[in-house]
Amino acid sequence: MFNTASTTPEKILQMLSALLLFAAVMGVILFIAGRFGGRKGDRVVAYLYLLPVVLLLAVGLVYPGLRTIYQSFFDAAGDAFIGFDNYGTIFSDPDQLTVLRNTVIWVVLVPFLATAIGLVYAILVDKSRFESFAKTLVFLPMAISMVAAGVIWKFMYEYRPDQGTVKQIGLVNQVIVWLGGKPIQLLIDSPLNTLLLIVVLIWIQAGFAMTILSASIKAIPDDIIEAARLDGVNAWQMFRSITLPSVQPTVVVVLTTVGIATLKVFDIVRTMTGGNFKTSVVANEFYRQTFNADNQGLGAALATLLFLLVIPIVWYNVRQLRRSEAR
Amino acid sequence: MFGQPTSPRIRAALAGTLSAGLIFGLAACGDGGDDESGSTDASASAIDCAPYTKFGDIKGKTVTIYTGIVTPEDTPHIESYKPFENCTGATIKYEGDKSFETQILVRARAGNPPDLAIVPQPGLVKQLVSTGKAVAAPQEVSDNVDKFWDKAWKSYTTIDGKFYGAPLGASVKSLVWYSPQEFKDGGYTVPTTLDELKALSDKIAASGKKPWCAGIASGDATGWPVTDWMEDFMLRTAGPEKYDDWVSHKIPFNGPEATAALDAVGGYLKNDAYVNGGLGDVKSIATTTFQDAGLQIIDGNCSLHRQASFYAANFDKSTKVAEDGDVFAFYLPGPDANTKPVLGAGEFVVAFADRPEVKAFQTYLSSDVWANTKAKLSSGWVSANKGLDPNNLTNPIDKLAGTILLDPKATFRFDGSDQMPAAVGSDAFWKQSTAWITGQDTATTLNNIEKAWPK
Repeated sequence: MFNTASTTPEKILQMLSALLLFAAVMGVILFIAGRFGGRKGDRVVAYLYLLPVVLLLAVGLVYPGLRTIYQSFFDAAGDAFIGFDNYGTIFSDPDQLTVLRNTVIWVVLVPFLATAIGLVYAILVDKSRFESFAKTLVFLPMAISMVAAGVIWKFMYEYRPDQGTVKQIGLVNQVIVWLGGKPIQLLIDSPLNTLLLIVVLIWIQAGFAMTILSASIKAIPDDIIEAARLDGVNAWQMFRSITLPSVQPTVVVVLTTVGIATLKVFDIVRTMTGGNFKTSVVANEFYRQTFNADNQGLGAALATLLFLLVIPIVWYNVRQLRRSEAR
Repeated sequence: MFGQPTSPRIRAALAGTLSAGLIFGLAACGDGGDDESGSTDASASAIDCAPYTKFGDIKGKTVTIYTGIVTPEDTPHIESYKPFENCTGATIKYEGDKSFETQILVRARAGNPPDLAIVPQPGLVKQLVSTGKAVAAPQEVSDNVDKFWDKAWKSYTTIDGKFYGAPLGASVKSLVWYSPQEFKDGGYTVPTTLDELKALSDKIAASGKKPWCAGIASGDATGWPVTDWMEDFMLRTAGPEKYDDWVSHKIPFNGPEATAALDAVGGYLKNDAYVNGGLGDVKSIATTTFQDAGLQIIDGNCSLHRQASFYAANFDKSTKVAEDGDVFAFYLPGPDANTKPVLGAGEFVVAFADRPEVKAFQTYLSSDVWANTKAKLSSGWVSANKGLDPNNLTNPIDKLAGTILLDPKATFRFDGSDQMPAAVGSDAFWKQSTAWITGQDTATTLNNIEKAWPK
């Protein structure tokens, strides 16, 4: 039952047995919990309910996390302790420095541009006649997986030479040709290629930012808006003094959420350039070092670095969410 | 202040996005494996069971085999096991998995390996042996390999004096695809030496056409076709002995031999007069997928494309792959007409158990009986098994590959990057080759790869 399933019926059977097992475990916990009553009993019940979650987190998150940090102090094969050498490599090797540079460009550009575009769009379409249609359009990319988005945009940027009867098949280069230019190999030259990859993530995340911010804009009480109107504000003043301060906590949440997603970006880079042509980012490099180069130590160090970079943002994000909920 | 009603909406929106992602994620998990099992003559034919029954009565026993070979190539494999199953009464459980190469290591390290694995790289065999879970091949298999294979093949899976697995299939990489019709119309002849190949390229270039097309993009394995080019030229410019020393790092990766070989490749791939037919300039090689590049021959934009025998599968069904068809291949010539180095690749069967039924099945897979059964069942498959009758190979390109492999004058060498440590063979060599195509010079490229070689 726990061996690798190869045929479809076997897989379904495996899934059903997993569900049964889950139901059985839950049944046992509920049964035990049911035997406790009263005030003191509530505590026990709460701990019992927490138990499976804590156990699974310990096995699936805490242990692998600690193990990865431990591994990052060992060499490629995981045999010899080498201290901080792997971290030294990350901050001195020219290839790894390019990776860090790219990650910084991603993290600076994507959250701010995606949020800005989302905010402007949300304000523009707010209360217009086509609002729901316009919002659906921008939200659609969010429903596409990152790999699919990467494949789609790879076709957008596709290059065919300016040679005889050869026709362009990529939209971007076709537009360039229509405008009288010569087709460009968009994904080869650094740093232009990184910027073009960033466009893809902005395309995906702008819809997310727009939806959340739009909900927040709609929640601004009408009396404030009306009061401002009576005071005779123009559109810019309305945005600067009413809309922006009202949605500011939401903006921070969106910025940080997109920021976390950006730090972890992997699929787009891997599908579109495979990290070649100086486009690699930390998450992609971590995979490459671990699985292609068989350098577990450096891979673990990169994963740890990514973890360290994400923590402050997650912490800030959670604090902001709590604060905005406390109001 | 104003924000109070905001949060529930935000949470609803967040929940919406998350669940949308979940649904798409689940949808991606569906699998497309439908089993086609129809018996053919070859799989129904009876075989001599004596070599397998001597391991004991294995009736009702099961052997699991784990591979990276998936639909549709798995069907002839499963079919070719039938004669063994019919005569011994044992069952073979076949499991194909696209991520075989990473999963097999995970499974071996976790103590949950299959009985047998079909491993496509000698380097990976070494890694598996180093986990301590692989077991040496039985004497019967070793005898079969001595009898049916060139001794170079046995050395690829002999680690610390122990022999771990028999070769299974093989592919020929030293091939150049071309259009027979174009050769006829242009009065070109198939070259038999490297000089003739150069002369032919110049002749086509003089006619105003870019003779070669190439593509090295292949996801995170981008760059690998260049490593094949370089290995082919290393075999030709430095010879098989130096090639072996270079692969095993007895001579440096960036020595004079390697520099000469890569520069020779540069004479083709970094030559603006030669590339990249129908696809752009030299740099376009880096962004063209290896699957797409050779199709330019069909479109008439390019004349020559160096790629392995398996490339035949990339042409669509209406394209006739034959000496008198739309496209065919010739052997990438050696330095002179009598020296025939052949670069190729293949798979090996590695065992993780030594139960009688596993040994019996291993013996069957290393026999000429299996090779001939498999040849009759499949198209696009060859083996370097000397017991293989070339007449059993049905399609023309398999026949060509079979003839090259079994030619007594040929010197076979296994793909070098598949034998190098992973840090070079599946990382630095690929990455640096890609950088080389997009403008990095030969010396820097080779120095960087040398630096990446694990100390």
